[in-house]
Amino acid sequence: MKTFRTGRRAHKAGPKTRAGEAIDLLAPIVGRDAIICDPVELATYECDGLTHFRVRPALAVLVGSSHDVEAVVGTCARLALPFVARGAGTGLSGGAVPDSEGVLLVTSRMRAVLSVQANNQRAVVEPGVTNLEVSKAALPHGLFYAPDPSSQQVCSIGGNVAENSGGAHCLKYGFTTNHVTELEVVTPDGATVKLGGMVGETPGYDLVGAFVGSEGTLGVATKVTVRLLRLPAAVQTVLAAFSDTDSAGRAVSAIIAAGLVPAAIEMMDALAISAAEKAVHCGYPKGAGAVLIVELDGPLAEVEESLLDVNHHCLEQGAFEMRLAVDDADRARIWRGRKSAFAAMGHLSSSYIVQDGVVPRTALPQVLRDIAKLSEETGIRVANVFHAGDGNLHPLVLFDERVAGEEARAEQLSAQILDLCIAHGGSITGEHGVGLDKLTAMSKMFSEDDLATMQLLKAAFDPHRICNPGKAVPTPRLCGEPPRPRRGTQPLQEQGLAELF
Amino acid sequence: MSTLTELEEACPSRVRQGRGLDSIDGVTPGLVASPLGTGEVAAVMRVASSAGLSVVARGAGTKLDWGNPPASADLMVDLSRMSRVIEHEAGDLVARVEAGTSLAQLTEVLGSKGQRFPVDEVVAGSTVGGVVSTGLSGPLRYMYGAVRDLVLGITVVRADGVVAHAGSKVVKNVAGYDLAKLFTGSYGTLGIVTELALKLKPVPVARSFVVAAFPSPRDLTPFLSALLSCQAAPTAIEIERTAPSLPVQMSVLIEGRPRSVELRAAEVATLLGGGEPFVTPPPGWGQLPGPVTLKLTAVLSAVPSLVEQASSIALKLGLPARVTGSAGTGVLFMGLPDRVPPVVLAALVADLRAVCDDLGGHAVVLRAAAALKSQLDPWGPVPGIDLMRRIKESFDPDRRLAPGRFIGGI
Repeated sequence: MKTFRTGRRAHKAGPKTRAGEAIDLLAPIVGRDAIICDPVELATYECDGLTHFRVRPALAVLVGSSHDVEAVVGTCARLALPFVARGAGTGLSGGAVPDSEGVLLVTSRMRAVLSVQANNQRAVVEPGVTNLEVSKAALPHGLFYAPDPSSQQVCSIGGNVAENSGGAHCLKYGFTTNHVTELEVVTPDGATVKLGGMVGETPGYDLVGAFVGSEGTLGVATKVTVRLLRLPAAVQTVLAAFSDTDSAGRAVSAIIAAGLVPAAIEMMDALAISAAEKAVHCGYPKGAGAVLIVELDGPLAEVEESLLDVNHHCLEQGAFEMRLAVDDADRARIWRGRKSAFAAMGHLSSSYIVQDGVVPRTALPQVLRDIAKLSEETGIRVANVFHAGDGNLHPLVLFDERVAGEEARAEQLSAQILDLCIAHGGSITGEHGVGLDKLTAMSKMFSEDDLATMQLLKAAFDPHRICNPGKAVPTPRLCGEPPRPRRGTQPLQEQGLAELF
Repeated sequence: MSTLTELEEACPSRVRQGRGLDSIDGVTPGLVASPLGTGEVAAVMRVASSAGLSVVARGAGTKLDWGNPPASADLMVDLSRMSRVIEHEAGDLVARVEAGTSLAQLTEVLGSKGQRFPVDEVVAGSTVGGVVSTGLSGPLRYMYGAVRDLVLGITVVRADGVVAHAGSKVVKNVAGYDLAKLFTGSYGTLGIVTELALKLKPVPVARSFVVAAFPSPRDLTPFLSALLSCQAAPTAIEIERTAPSLPVQMSVLIEGRPRSVELRAAEVATLLGGGEPFVTPPPGWGQLPGPVTLKLTAVLSAVPSLVEQASSIALKLGLPARVTGSAGTGVLFMGLPDRVPPVVLAALVADLRAVCDDLGGHAVVLRAAAALKSQLDPWGPVPGIDLMRRIKESFDPDRRLAPGRFIGGI
């Protein structure tokens, strides 16, 4: 931190000039057309998928190669300029929000699938490749890439690495961190380093494990080697309708306790179902207070027998209708309601907050009741659409911003849901990340010592704190100020009186 | 007040002088403290910090001769009294345990609810803390991943005695840095792991082993490739060659529901041209070869070539090497007798490193007595070593935790 400040003061000229200096240094390497500094063009890059945090960067660079990334990061290191990497900008926690004085490094041009090695069950891709493109490239070989976040058509592998993305099927297959074996990374000092290897186990500290999920705060991934899996022989998807979330939650527990390992178990409550019906007419059973989507995959005989058990447990817990997808088109119809749920909220409410928290699976019914109670007390509606199998809640907190005070109450309720998750020994985020959005909640989930220990890792990678500063793990900032999200730049920072580190 | 008195206060009536039996690869610790609970470990570590003591942690002590001998060990922190299964919520498929809990005890506790921590006990008597600190797993890694994929949360005591947590006890969590991954396989060089939250799996109802023998590693190639792309979804694919010119045996584990296991085992048996499936594991299943043990890795398609080349290098040096391991993940082990001369071992390792490097993997000497390791670096080169040094410097600036035991002299 100290070094960084000294570095800054050495450059007597203002921040804009340092950005100008960066442009002069970078233009011959990356090409002038890859550098954006026009304020209007930069507006595109002000935010990620969480649109209420907006900061315009000093400049953005559309990097085309590892070499470009090395040049940009190296230049930032020399000039003590902060930088933030951005993939497709679909993140939901403000992790890719730029730094107003710094460089935004956009990886969307790095879109090559470098190799698919079917015999080694690996693919090597650049960070701008979309998640779905990896599976598409693997498909001709009968393989697929398991993590499948809902935004998989657009989100990038680089972003997945940063956020340790999961998806509906991570119940069985795990997260990005379980499927990346090797990374080429540009560290914040501008050096290119290989972490891990083609084989999953490499001697030394597990730097791949430390890097994946670090929300872009330890460096920029320029090449990603992922594990590819054999496509399952059989897939069966069943939709179970219940009268309420309690009985659906009990069915989830019964399925898990029976030793079944479905690929996915998703739940939607009545409000979420009604939104989906309005949006995509998914035709879920009438009168359902909750539906479960259970997907099983694997060897045919295993799937067939497991399906009988799933049916049994659902019926035993009070399911009043079970629908089995008869083919892929039918399966897509069942999933359509679930996948459209977030977007469908527009049919119910002008605005909503997507929350992301995790509770132990066994606490699901209790927590859903608690959320319902909070909703009743405040009059703020909450729709629940979530990954029930692993206890990952996605409550959608609905509000009308035209009603005075409603947004604030919705935000408060949304925060209370995270308090419930923490109280049950869960997590403040299962897949959307901390970014800028949940820095405050981090201090509730972890002690100061925990956070200081996490900072030891950050210090090893980024001692001058120029790599996506102020994200993911709160740091002691301006004296006496509790860590909290910022919107735009801070007045003190704007006046050049203080820095946000 | 003397350091000993302070330690006795931190860890009442459980501090004693080190003895020969406590030796860590030839280095006898000055003192041994056996704290009860994370709080006592922290108190002990605060004393060690202010007195500047070097510290080595021990679980069951089954892997103390792994890696390099520590440069010094003023204090051994023995975690054998910390062996509680703190919490096992079957419906959550999660257990929280103290680091000194043995895998055997854990298996028993979880088994009573039809669950397991899917990490094989490849070294008999191992504790959970021990397998996490060495990142050691066996055949089940093919289906369930390595140890690092199964640790959800971790409690550690830092070199300065501060207690820190990372991760949580839920299966899905992306809040904060994943320090559990960093600590897994770190050989006690970053802190002392005291508690762990583990991801569990149900114990399958039925299992079956299909065994087939192949005259040479080359003959294995088409079968291995067919096995990796078939739809039988094996839980483990292991190979074994008991001596350099003997046939290679492949053993495949199929688990699941009885009818499905029967069908899938038959499919694999047909594919491999093997005989009737067995219900019990073949002899030596999931045991590390030894007493000197090397870990050899290669990309999947190069596994037969690795077995072939490793065998011929051993043969050339006149060593009766046994090669076993997970053909489905590219992680193999070589076992050698402990009477191998240090110079010959060094020559073997140098040749194996060149081969593994060529095949996309690494060669590491996991276990050998200190005298045998005098002529070689057990770890070998690895990319990212500078970052590893910086991490060590950040977590343990005084280099007091298992100094010199880990890669690159960390």
